[in-house]
Amino acid sequence: MASAREPLLTAHGVVKRFGHVQALSGADFTAYPGEVVALIGDNGAGKSTLVNVLSGVLAPDAGEVRLDGAPVRFSGPMDAQRHGVETVYQDLSLAPDLDAAANLYLGREIVRGGLLGRIGVLDRPAMRREAVKAFAELGVELKDVTAAVTTLSGGQRQSVAVARAVAFAHKVIFMDEPTAALGVVQRARVLETVRRVADQGICVVLISHNMPEVLSVADRVEVLRLGRRVASYTAADTTIEELVGAMTGSLDEPNRTGEAEGAR
Amino acid sequence: MTAQSEKAAAAVGGRAAVPDWVRRAATLNELWTFVILVALVLFFTIAAPGKFFTTYDITQIAVNAAIYLVLGVGMTFVIITAGIDLSIGSVLVLAAVAAGEYNIHHGGATSGWGTVAFCVVIALAVGTAWGALQGAVVATGKVPPLIVTLGGLGAALGIAELATGGQDPAGAASTHLQNSLGFGKVLGIPWMVILAAVVTAVFGAVLGGTRFGEHTLAIGSNPTAVRRAGIPVGRQLVKVYGLMGLLAGLGAVMWLASYGTTSIAGHSTDNLKVITAVVLGGTSLFGGRGSVLGTVIGVFIPAVLTTGLIVIGVQQYWQDVAVGVVLVVAVYIDQLRRKTRERA
Ligand SMILES: Nc1ncnc2c1ncn2[C@@H]1O[C@H](COP(=O)(O)OP(=O)(O)OP(=O)(O)O)[C@@H](O)[C@H]1O
Ligand SMILES: [Mg+2]
Repeated sequence: MASAREPLLTAHGVVKRFGHVQALSGADFTAYPGEVVALIGDNGAGKSTLVNVLSGVLAPDAGEVRLDGAPVRFSGPMDAQRHGVETVYQDLSLAPDLDAAANLYLGREIVRGGLLGRIGVLDRPAMRREAVKAFAELGVELKDVTAAVTTLSGGQRQSVAVARAVAFAHKVIFMDEPTAALGVVQRARVLETVRRVADQGICVVLISHNMPEVLSVADRVEVLRLGRRVASYTAADTTIEELVGAMTGSLDEPNRTGEAEGAR
Repeated sequence: MTAQSEKAAAAVGGRAAVPDWVRRAATLNELWTFVILVALVLFFTIAAPGKFFTTYDITQIAVNAAIYLVLGVGMTFVIITAGIDLSIGSVLVLAAVAAGEYNIHHGGATSGWGTVAFCVVIALAVGTAWGALQGAVVATGKVPPLIVTLGGLGAALGIAELATGGQDPAGAASTHLQNSLGFGKVLGIPWMVILAAVVTAVFGAVLGGTRFGEHTLAIGSNPTAVRRAGIPVGRQLVKVYGLMGLLAGLGAVMWLASYGTTSIAGHSTDNLKVITAVVLGGTSLFGGRGSVLGTVIGVFIPAVLTTGLIVIGVQQYWQDVAVGVVLVVAVYIDQLRRKTRERA
């Protein structure tokens, strides 16, 4: 069903070496608009490296990345952001001493009009207004948008990082283990957010080691092993056993079909 | 996890009982320092009735504090980036010597307004260039700011001594400069004070209300996040240390105007005094937090102490003891706050 649409983001034969370590050896990746695609794999399979390549943090040694069908080569995370590709880093990448609104707009501050704006005078009321709106859209309630992020709970901080990506992404959001450090309630919140964002037509790429979570929130699952995509499944048609088998390589034979489906 | 969220809910509930502005005011570092400053002023006013709280003393305190205030404004930006600049006294001397040497060769004490203007430009340019250079080295991330500026401290002073043979040259400042900026007043307010107030107001607004200030705070808070947000961290550091240098250059001009000499040997503890003032003002040595308003208060605490102790007839060396103790306490409290604020 999904493969009937045009893919939003594709990677073909991506190679990335770190000295003697080949982190990616011809990895493929496909993502469609409006879907949640989980990227899974054992430790060291190359998930973070692939995401770093796709989000402009790393330049690939070989291979091709296409966004909306056109080949792209991001010169850095900013370049990717200009193309509507945002990343929620595993460490959240927030400035803890600044407030939520300032973090939301870090590097993209709203300035006043006219001459004041030209010299970089901030329009804080506007940023706070927009921040409240952005958080509300994600179902996040912050008691006080002027409180330093360090005073927020882990879940709230996670929400700020997600909101930051959501506010500016119009194509793809990468989330590297966004729920790893969260409690049950906060985890559910973030997953709800992920779903809501995808329903707005944005593609969410979710890295996770939590298989039940993957199956509950993702539409599709792509499996990476030893720097290669070894399988691709529709979440509704697969099981945890199958995913684990593909990740560890114990189900190599049946995976052929999965691989074929993913390449289509 | 549930216990944690309950605790969070309780904390939120507890906070809501206190009026918003009270809660916010109590978290302001400036408020506490300001309370200390007011307490000191009150103490000296009561201890020496009619002697401490005179216009003369206020003016004298302000004039003495003016140069430290200008330096403190720059140091606030530097410390907010989790940096430090030990070189300010030497940079001030180097800028003063550069401007002074030019002045000596263009009329000395009797030089005209054109020379004065050019001397100002030289002092500001030398300071800015030196600061920016140090910033560029800090920006490489290979040498910590403490070492970069410790090296800068020695090198700048060395160059100034080489240029002068270690003696303060005569005729370093024009009488025009001294009679205007140095001793001049407008409506009874010394020009030195007006200049320092303007610098403070302008850069206070820059720190609190502009993109430049926001990025400075963010770098001290989490440089990786800032880099990922596409902000050129290195360039910002060059600008911040360059600003410190610019203000050290301005300090040189103010020094020449006030004292008419370069005082090569007289600035070795400027860095400690200024860093103390900034930290007393609530700016965190760990970066990410601070304000120019706090620094203003931090500059005035030692200044009030000095004058106050003289007025009540106590040896003013007690001031050094008091400031030293207060400084350590201030940093200790900053650490405690940091710990309690940060949640796992
Ligand atoms: N900067 C680097 N320098 C050297 N080797 C690296 C670097 N980054 C990744 N690697 C190597 O590349 C391989 C893939 O790493 P990567 O971080 O992409 O794995 P991952 O799938 O994200 O693993 P995890 O689940 O543990 O996060 C590993 O063998 C790792 O050691
Ligand atoms: Mg990883």
